[in-house]
Amino acid sequence: MRELWEFTKLIRSKNAGPFELTFDIMFKDADSFHQVMKSGALTPELIAHLYKTQRERTRFFVIERLLTVKISIPRAIFSGDVMDTDVYGGQFHGPLVRLPIDLG
Amino acid sequence: MSEKLKALAATGNLSTGFEEESLVRAVQQGAGFVGCDAGTTDSGPYYLGSGNPRGPREGTKRNLHIMIREALRAGIPVIVGSAGHAGGRPHLEWTIEIIKELARENGWHFKLAAIDSEITKEDLLDAFRRGEVTPLYPAPDLNEGTLRQAERFVAMMGIEPIQAALSSGAQVVVAGRCSDVAIYAAGKILECGAASAAQRLYPDCMAAELDQEGFTVEPPNPALRCTPQSVAAHTLYENADPYYLVESGGTLDTTAVQYEALSDRAVRVRGSRFVASEKYTVRIEGAALAGFRSIVVAGIRDPLLLRQLDKFLSSLRAVINRKIEKSLKISSNAYTLSFRVYGWNASLGPLEPISHVEGHEIGLIIDVVASSQSMAADILPLVWHTGLHHAIPEHEGLISNFAFPFSPPGIDVGPVYRFCANHVWELKDPCEPFRMNMENL
Repeated sequence: MRELWEFTKLIRSKNAGPFELTFDIMFKDADSFHQVMKSGALTPELIAHLYKTQRERTRFFVIERLLTVKISIPRAIFSGDVMDTDVYGGQFHGPLVRLPIDLG
Repeated sequence: MSEKLKALAATGNLSTGFEEESLVRAVQQGAGFVGCDAGTTDSGPYYLGSGNPRGPREGTKRNLHIMIREALRAGIPVIVGSAGHAGGRPHLEWTIEIIKELARENGWHFKLAAIDSEITKEDLLDAFRRGEVTPLYPAPDLNEGTLRQAERFVAMMGIEPIQAALSSGAQVVVAGRCSDVAIYAAGKILECGAASAAQRLYPDCMAAELDQEGFTVEPPNPALRCTPQSVAAHTLYENADPYYLVESGGTLDTTAVQYEALSDRAVRVRGSRFVASEKYTVRIEGAALAGFRSIVVAGIRDPLLLRQLDKFLSSLRAVINRKIEKSLKISSNAYTLSFRVYGWNASLGPLEPISHVEGHEIGLIIDVVASSQSMAADILPLVWHTGLHHAIPEHEGLISNFAFPFSPPGIDVGPVYRFCANHVWELKDPCEPFRMNMENL
């Protein structure tokens, strides 16, 4: 079993304004991109489950031209609010880095 | 306006800095103006709420010094957007004061425009009642009550108030909160300065030549380069949607955009379209006071304590709530008590998928937020002292659970704010809520 980071050159999360989080997953090359997309491991359903939000609130963009998957979700706790843990939203990608990828 | 205009972004954020040689070279290469974004909501609601700028003042002054000196020499304007980080009135005044100080010290004379984007609560209430203010998703609940309680609101101006200042002959324009597109037209690519370069070695300038069909982006610093990938990748940064960027007055549609390498350092961008919206809207940002914070930092290294940390903290919370109720007569719903456990779930909070501590030590921040600083400061010593000696079954006798690195262990952090608006305001005139003040220095 391999892990998502082995296929990518960048996995990051960041605020998209104070009320949303966005994830950019940029792949190393076309092969890596197609292998991961074909594996079915990286889906809007997975993101919704992992980040405890609804599927309909999960915007999932597959940008083949840039060999990139971009995902945006609402923040349950807005940036800098009393219970926030990450003002810039820069570490929310953590659980995605070692996502198991089964090439079958 | 000429057919081509060379836009220069001094750096990604005015307080950060750039290489002096890069800016001097870019102005000599024919920049039409020197722009610089000075703000973002990224650092949270504190700056907008408190009215404090995000310094450093000396760094900001150094950068403005070089930008204005070179622009005056070349006879081109300087445009600073989102002054002082949050773009409110105190942030604008702070920036204007630095510029006046520079003008005095250097014997400069020029026309200075300040565009105020702070919106009074009365004006916003009126707009609210007229139905001109609508929420985006997701938005905090903004009603007349929460609006009145907020600290400060700003509206994010589009390009029009800045154009008005320039056509009145302003050589230096300092704008309150404004969109990146308002400063640069090639907005998203330039707003972060050198961040769209392939390897941003340090904060620096970025330049783009704009024409009718698109623009060519090329870093003035020969040590940096742009590639189609680096420029395309930057359009994704901090945007929720990779194809449609909503700006004041319309939407930038990048679905058909083409990136082409003109050299190993320059990239040609074509095919993005600005679609003006039927109604002219500007984004509203607001911050409200959420309380006052006091914190304690501590380490925990005892393996017996670490293996039951979750249970320990929940029983500790119950004891603390009781104690505070008894000795301070403050009920537990009058304050927020959070245990932020670094080494377990402090970064992700409830989204952390790992259910227990795996390492040999953790860092703990005990975080108290109450309605006044004195209340938070009163609660804090009761909290940490109770936690320090809170028993676990494996140890008999008095134990001390926390390794405090500091004496005193606690710090009063000050006010905490929250963003209280994610709304747009429909305007009849794009300049309507923005007040321009022109001065001859």
